[in-house]
Amino acid sequence: MDDKLLIAGREFTSRFFLGTGKFGNKSAMKEAIIASGSQLVTVALRRIDLEDTDENILSFIPENTTIMVNTSGARNSDEAVRIARIARDAGYGDWIKIEVINDSRYLLPDNQETIKAAKILSSEGFVVLPYMSPDLYVAKALVDAGAAAVMPLGSLIGSNQGLKMRALIEVLIEEITEVPIVVDAGIGRPSHAAEAMEIGADAVLANTAVADAEDPPLMAQAFAKGVEAGRMAYLARMGQQRATARASSPLTGFLYDE
Amino acid sequence: MKITVNGRSTDITEGMDLNRLVHSGKTNPERVILVLNDGVVKSDQWSLTVLTEGDRVEMVSFVGGG
Repeated sequence: MDDKLLIAGREFTSRFFLGTGKFGNKSAMKEAIIASGSQLVTVALRRIDLEDTDENILSFIPENTTIMVNTSGARNSDEAVRIARIARDAGYGDWIKIEVINDSRYLLPDNQETIKAAKILSSEGFVVLPYMSPDLYVAKALVDAGAAAVMPLGSLIGSNQGLKMRALIEVLIEEITEVPIVVDAGIGRPSHAAEAMEIGADAVLANTAVADAEDPPLMAQAFAKGVEAGRMAYLARMGQQRATARASSPLTGFLYDE
Repeated sequence: MKITVNGRSTDITEGMDLNRLVHSGKTNPERVILVLNDGVVKSDQWSLTVLTEGDRVEMVSFVGGG
């Protein structure tokens, strides 16, 4: 089946993107990336001190994987822009997940600051994929700002609550046809990922649910299958839900009819 | 001589360059991205970049993130 996802001219055969945070160790992270078949992973940029002996995360990411740097830690558009520029100047590409967050309890993205950052970074040639609270007008503004995809949250980051924002995400899927819709955050189970794909999302990004599993590579594989199954169901066009039964077997020729 | 590293005031010896600064700890230099006064300095320029009083250095690295 030829069903490639195209973002900013790059083709993806896998519609499952994986975050690299919270893995117990980097080998498990690498195994999970390989098992997931993911061709795009996210990383963050942080201060380190001279005594930090952690390993280089980039050496655990398989070759040919697109690395998208997130701007986590940014509280406004200026900080997000600065993080993106550092990542690019350091030589690590120009794919940026814009993430601007002010609120530490719910970690909800600041949509207005995200639009500002998207405008600036797109004009500087970055490929920007903004993480956002699902809202049609914000999504349109992000498209106008040059976003390569729009990434609405399924539910709160790391909450594993699934597709709480379903109705609003469906609006984006229906109305935003210029760029892919990637459901990001809160996707806690493969069935949540499948649900997002069934309703027509173009891809799913997960992290916590995979990293927190007892067996991350196995869970990564389960998510990949969930995404694939949901995508196939979407393409196959599902039947409608009904309030009453409709028999699957013929309603004629019963054995005991008089 | 005082410079600021990751927001903290730090004493260094005169003539210290970025390469020596990075190698003064236990961190694997391959991980390190150095930002000097708002501009990234590539690793092949570290030994040519001598620090001066009041410089602001950010030492950052890619880490796991979602």
